[in-house]
Amino acid sequence: MSTVLTAPPVETKTNYLNESYGIKSWLLTKDHKRIALLYLAAITFFFAVGGFFAVLIRLELITPAGDLMQPETYNKAFTMHGVMMIFFFLIPAVPAVLGNFLVPMMIGARDLAFPRINLLSWYIYMVGGVFTLYAMVAGGVDTGWTFYTPYSSTYSNTQVMATAIGIFILGFSSILTGLNFIVTIHKMRAPGLTWFRLPLFIWAHYATSVIQILGTPVVAIAIVLVGLERAFRIGIFDPKLGGDPILFQHLFWFYSHPAVYIMILPSMGVISELVTCFSRKKIFGYGFVAMSSVAIAVLGFLVWGHHMFVSGQSVYAGMVFSILSYLVAIPSAIKVFNWTATLYRGSISYQTPLLYALGFIGLFTIGGLTGLFLANLAVDVHLHDTYFVVGHFHYIMVGGAIMGYLGGLHFWWPKITGRLYPEGWARLSALVLFVGFNLTFFPQFILGYLGMPRRYHAYPEEFQVLNVMSSAGASILAVGYIIPMIYLIWSMRYGKPAPANPWGATGLEWQIPSPPPSYNFEKTPVVTEEPYVYSHEEAQVV
Amino acid sequence: MTDFPLLPEQASTIAQSVDTLYWVLVAISVFFTVLIFALIFVFAIRYRRRRPDEIPRPILGSLRLELFWSITPGIIAIAVFAYGTVVYFRNSAPPADAMEMFVVGKQWMWKIQHPEGHREINELHVPVGRPVKLVMTTEDVIHSFYIPAFRVKMDVVPGRYTTMWFQPTKVGKYHLFCAEYCGTEHSRMKGWVYVMEPVDYENWLSGKATTETMAAAGERLFQKLGCQSCHRADAPGRGPVLAGVFGSTVVLATGEKVVADESYLRESILRPQAKIVAGYRTLMPTFEGQLTEEQLLQLIAYIKSLGTRERIDTGP
Repeated sequence: MSTVLTAPPVETKTNYLNESYGIKSWLLTKDHKRIALLYLAAITFFFAVGGFFAVLIRLELITPAGDLMQPETYNKAFTMHGVMMIFFFLIPAVPAVLGNFLVPMMIGARDLAFPRINLLSWYIYMVGGVFTLYAMVAGGVDTGWTFYTPYSSTYSNTQVMATAIGIFILGFSSILTGLNFIVTIHKMRAPGLTWFRLPLFIWAHYATSVIQILGTPVVAIAIVLVGLERAFRIGIFDPKLGGDPILFQHLFWFYSHPAVYIMILPSMGVISELVTCFSRKKIFGYGFVAMSSVAIAVLGFLVWGHHMFVSGQSVYAGMVFSILSYLVAIPSAIKVFNWTATLYRGSISYQTPLLYALGFIGLFTIGGLTGLFLANLAVDVHLHDTYFVVGHFHYIMVGGAIMGYLGGLHFWWPKITGRLYPEGWARLSALVLFVGFNLTFFPQFILGYLGMPRRYHAYPEEFQVLNVMSSAGASILAVGYIIPMIYLIWSMRYGKPAPANPWGATGLEWQIPSPPPSYNFEKTPVVTEEPYVYSHEEAQVV
Repeated sequence: MTDFPLLPEQASTIAQSVDTLYWVLVAISVFFTVLIFALIFVFAIRYRRRRPDEIPRPILGSLRLELFWSITPGIIAIAVFAYGTVVYFRNSAPPADAMEMFVVGKQWMWKIQHPEGHREINELHVPVGRPVKLVMTTEDVIHSFYIPAFRVKMDVVPGRYTTMWFQPTKVGKYHLFCAEYCGTEHSRMKGWVYVMEPVDYENWLSGKATTETMAAAGERLFQKLGCQSCHRADAPGRGPVLAGVFGSTVVLATGEKVVADESYLRESILRPQAKIVAGYRTLMPTFEGQLTEEQLLQLIAYIKSLGTRERIDTGP
């Protein structure tokens, strides 16, 4: 990257936002930045829908009796919460919004390798979304986001087909985005930007893209097979038709476990950018952080069986999956320790993005450590399908992935909109989110060990206190999400104009105006050094 | 028990060992969480930005530290893996003298039958101090049989048998849950496990109107279906002698050897052509779709009552 201290270029009048107007200029755009904003609008909408169902769930669980909703309604609520949040928000969140916006800019390119395919992937996402929304309006679906057979293929009388079609279509959008990123990162790096000069955000997106193109076809196949069995009674999963119900779990988790890494890896990339910028330090152990992303992507494909320790699979298979799952602890620990070490002797400024980054590190640590319980054969027998699992994956996905997404959104907001957000409100909401999050999900670890099964509409009375705590936390969490939505929208019009590089960050995206012109770079930049060079002083050896 | 328990009751022989392992994991987690939080707080305060133009001296990294914090978590991970696996395997195979009970899941109830013939719904009565083995299947979707106080859980899968076992150590009444989401009334598919003094258990058994033992019901069914015309009791007929077949190793026509456990018997009744015993022909009609899960369990109980050979353990 070039040095920090280069003068920001002269502000140009036209940028990607005001270059053309009208709905057509957005819906037919091939500009990766505009497509990122299309995604931003779409995923925010789906996040709100998923959040609405979360509210219903937490309201129902305030009392032990199933008194607010019918059981069937409750089952549909948690199913829609999972489907919306996982497939339509978490998986696309960081890659499709921040990745789309930043991958070309960070490598000094004018766009992604296939701008038309990029736009296509947004349309595919929307078509998938429309099918799923249709399923929701036409009666909903009650299989859980996991679609376990034979319940989904034979017994459920809800809109399984429409939802399945929606998710099947959606998958192609994910595959195309991954493909686009891989080609772009391979072929379009600026002169001098060698692999080990890439920002870690790019490494994380590269690893994510590999998972997306290798894993997504498998879940697509599994969904097609469920559809075939449902529609034509072809025996694949239902034993009454000669099928094997466990086969579905293998196919499903072969994608859906790596999918967890699709959600968390891009956020990890964001955190590396934030920690370095707000401590003005080079990342500690660049090679280890970059390679741990690759290691997580590879190991992620070898651990799916840890979702099936009590499914009746062989105890020896369980043993192999257990140890492979434990190996994921190593690259995860490497990341956490390196981020923490980056802070050492830094110059740390408590801007909002850093607060999110520190929140991420803390919550991901807890989420990762509770994974040790679930990877453990003896303990998982007790914890499987209890609230402990619910707590664990929310720590990873909400405490991790969403914290990273929000941190990144704040960090690049000035670049995306050309406006600054109000710092005071932003810090406040980061704090509210952290408190609300812990109050919501920490009690669930205790509930789980006490034995409360997940997906229960009504529960024994002794679990009420912890459930009330969780619901109270969820209301704080909701406030923490609503405040940023308000001030970010407000700032688009009323925020102070942002300079090209408000944080004094390195990185090519900060060398161009905010908001950037459509073509990003007037002249292709030449990169002469590795990323995160905040000082040219000779490096210290520790 | 305090008013705010952190653990469910420990009411089985394995509960203690699982809880100890749990506390070890909690200790490891607390240690690393406190370490990371403390480092972040200390660094964030100690190295806060004091002047806007402050640029710290860069640090490249340290191979020694990297290796230290890759290898240490690696060792800890392998250690807890080994610990958990040992606990799991020690508890995985049921003792040979375990009482057998039979569980059939159905949306949304648990149907349980004792070998003596007693049937229960959403309740399971067992004597304290005796190992109990459950042979389980379901008529429809996947369920999961979960008794938190015993720290045991096993999915109940259609089309096959899964087994689990426990040995209660404390008289009392404990939750029984379905842990695998199974449809509309999933959260009502629960019940109670009653652990009783052996005397009380005997009284409970004799107090109930017994119809007939599972094996006797199975024998009646065996006659009714005409099985005995081929599977003769004394000499080999058109089908193999069934006395002593359970638990033995059977040589198939393909040369393969299989242990005749519950799943094998189930398959051989429903789809006889799947595994033919060496020396016999494919004559037996298929009973797929003609027997309920409970009738199948009764037939198997009858075959078991014909004597078992030395059991070759296949694990759970």
